[in-house]
Amino acid sequence: MGLRNLVDKIKPTFSEGGKLSFLHSTFEGFETFLFVPNTTTSKGAHIRDCNDIKRVMIVVVVALLPALLMGMYNIGYQADVEGILPAFWFGFLKMLPMIIVSYVVGLAIEFTFAQKRKHEINEGFLVSGLLIPMVMPITVPLWIVALSTAFAVIIGKEVFGGTGMNVFNPALLARAFAFFAYTPQISGEAVWYADSTTGATALEQLGTTGTMQWSALDAFIGLIPGSVGETSTAAILIGAAILLFTGVASWRIMLSVFVGGIAFGYLFNAVGMTEFPAYYHLLVGGFAFGAVFMATDPVTSAQTNAGKWIYGFMVGALAILIRVVNPAYPEGMMLSILFMNALAPTIDYFVVERNIARRKKLIKNVK
Amino acid sequence: MKLSKNFSNPLAANNPVIVQILGICSALAVTVKLEPAFVMGLSVTFVTAFSNLVMSLMRNGVPSRIRIIVQLVVIATLVIVVDQFLRAYMYDVSKQLSVYVGLIITNCIVMGRVEAFALGNKPWDAFVDGVANGLGYAFILVLVAFFRELFGSGTLFGFDVIARFGYVNNSLMLFPPMALIIVGIIIWVHRSINKDLQEK
Repeated sequence: MGLRNLVDKIKPTFSEGGKLSFLHSTFEGFETFLFVPNTTTSKGAHIRDCNDIKRVMIVVVVALLPALLMGMYNIGYQADVEGILPAFWFGFLKMLPMIIVSYVVGLAIEFTFAQKRKHEINEGFLVSGLLIPMVMPITVPLWIVALSTAFAVIIGKEVFGGTGMNVFNPALLARAFAFFAYTPQISGEAVWYADSTTGATALEQLGTTGTMQWSALDAFIGLIPGSVGETSTAAILIGAAILLFTGVASWRIMLSVFVGGIAFGYLFNAVGMTEFPAYYHLLVGGFAFGAVFMATDPVTSAQTNAGKWIYGFMVGALAILIRVVNPAYPEGMMLSILFMNALAPTIDYFVVERNIARRKKLIKNVK
Repeated sequence: MKLSKNFSNPLAANNPVIVQILGICSALAVTVKLEPAFVMGLSVTFVTAFSNLVMSLMRNGVPSRIRIIVQLVVIATLVIVVDQFLRAYMYDVSKQLSVYVGLIITNCIVMGRVEAFALGNKPWDAFVDGVANGLGYAFILVLVAFFRELFGSGTLFGFDVIARFGYVNNSLMLFPPMALIIVGIIIWVHRSINKDLQEK
C-alpha cells in the first residue's frame, strides 16, 4: 500500500506542532476520503462501521448519476444534436463547468470554515455540490452558480454551525437565491435550451395554456426541456430505488410526498380548478426530483416517523397547491420543500409532545 | 456616568438595533435606498433626543401612574412635527417613507430610552443619550441601505456606481428578507469583535 505509506509519512507535518498544522482539517479530510478512519471512540457506546457520512453521501451521489447522465443526453437532444453519443457529449460539456464551479466554490468555503473553527471537514457538500447544478437551467451564467452556492453554504449552512445543523436544504436554498435574485436569468421562456432555440417548459406551458405539447411518455423518459436533474422521471426512479435499497432515504417521506401530490392533484381536478390530469404533475417539473432527493434530506426533514408522514404529505400537497393556484410560480416544489423544512422541527415537537401525553395517560390508567 | 461613555455606548457596544434588537421592523422597511434610510435615521434621532429631553425636564412632575400616556403625547407630538416637516421640505422622501414616519411613535427605541433613561437622569444627560441612541439606529440603517442599494440597484444615493461596469442587479436585495440577513451578518461581525456579547 504505497499510498497508505505516503499518507503516514506526511502526517506529522499536519499534526499539532507540524509545519503545516493549520491545514490539519484539510489533511484529515483527504485522509478519511482515501481510507476508513482507524480511530476508536473513547467514551460511551457507539456502533461504528465503515458507513460514515462520506459513504452515505457517496451512495446519494451514485443515486443521482442516472438522472445526471440522462439529463446530459437530454441537453443535447433538446439542442437537436444528432445521435446518442454526440448529444450526450454536447450535454456533458455544457454541464461540466457548472459542476466544477459549484464544487470549487462550495468546498473552498467549507474548508475555510472547518479550518478556522478547527472542525473536521464534513462531506455534506459532496451531494449539495452536485445537486446545485442539477436544479439550475443549463443556460444560467456560471457566476450565478458561484454566487448562489456561496450564499447557500454561508447563510444556509455555516451560520447555523455547518453540516448537519442547517435548517434548509442547501441546494434548494441556492436555487431559491438564484430564483429571487436573478429571476430573468433562471426562469421564463428563454433559458432552458443550450442553443439558440427558445420555448417554455412543460410547467410554464401548463401555467399559461393549461396543456403541454409533450406526451406523458416523453415526460417520463425525460425528453422535455427543464433543469438537468428534473426532466427524467425514469432515471429519478432508478435513483430512488438505490436510495431505498441502501436505506439512505426514508421511504415514508418519499411515499407520502407522492401521495400528497396525487391527492391534491385529484382534489383540484374534482373541484374543476384544472383540467390537467393529476398524475402528470408527478412527471413534469421538479416534483419527482424534489420528492426523491430533496425532501428526504435527513438533516432538514422531520425526524419522527409520524412527523415524516405529515411532512411528506404537506410537501406534495403544497407543491401542487402552488402550481395550480398561484400563477406567478409555475413550479411549486422548491418553495413547498423549503417551507416544510422550516416547519419540520415544529411537526416533530408536536409528535413528541403527543407521544408523551399518550404515555402519561397510560400510567394514570394503570394506577 | 461619564458623558463620553454615555454617548459612545449606544453607537457600538450597546447599539439599540444590533445588540438590543429594537427597531428591526423599520430597519427592514426603509432600507431599500440610502436616501430614505438616511432621512429616517435623522428623524428617529430627532425624536429620541427631544422626547428624552422633554421627559427628563418633566420627570419630577409626572405621576408614575400616568407616565406612559404622557410619554406617548410627547413622542406623538414630536413625530407629527417631523412628519409635517418632511412633507413640507422633502416631499419625495416623505412619500417613499409613507407610513413609517408615523410609525416612529411605535419604535421601541424611543419609548425604551424614555422609560429606561430619561425618567431617571438629568436633562442634558438624557438629551445626549437620545442623540446617541438615534445615531446608533441611523448608523445601522445607513449601513444596511448601503449594501442593499449598491447590490440591489447598482447605485448609491441614486448615482450610478457599479451598474456602468455591467453589474447585474441582484433583485433579492430589494426584498425585506435580505435586509434581515444583512442585519444578521452585521450582528455576526459585531459579536466576533466584541467577544463579551457572545451568548454561551
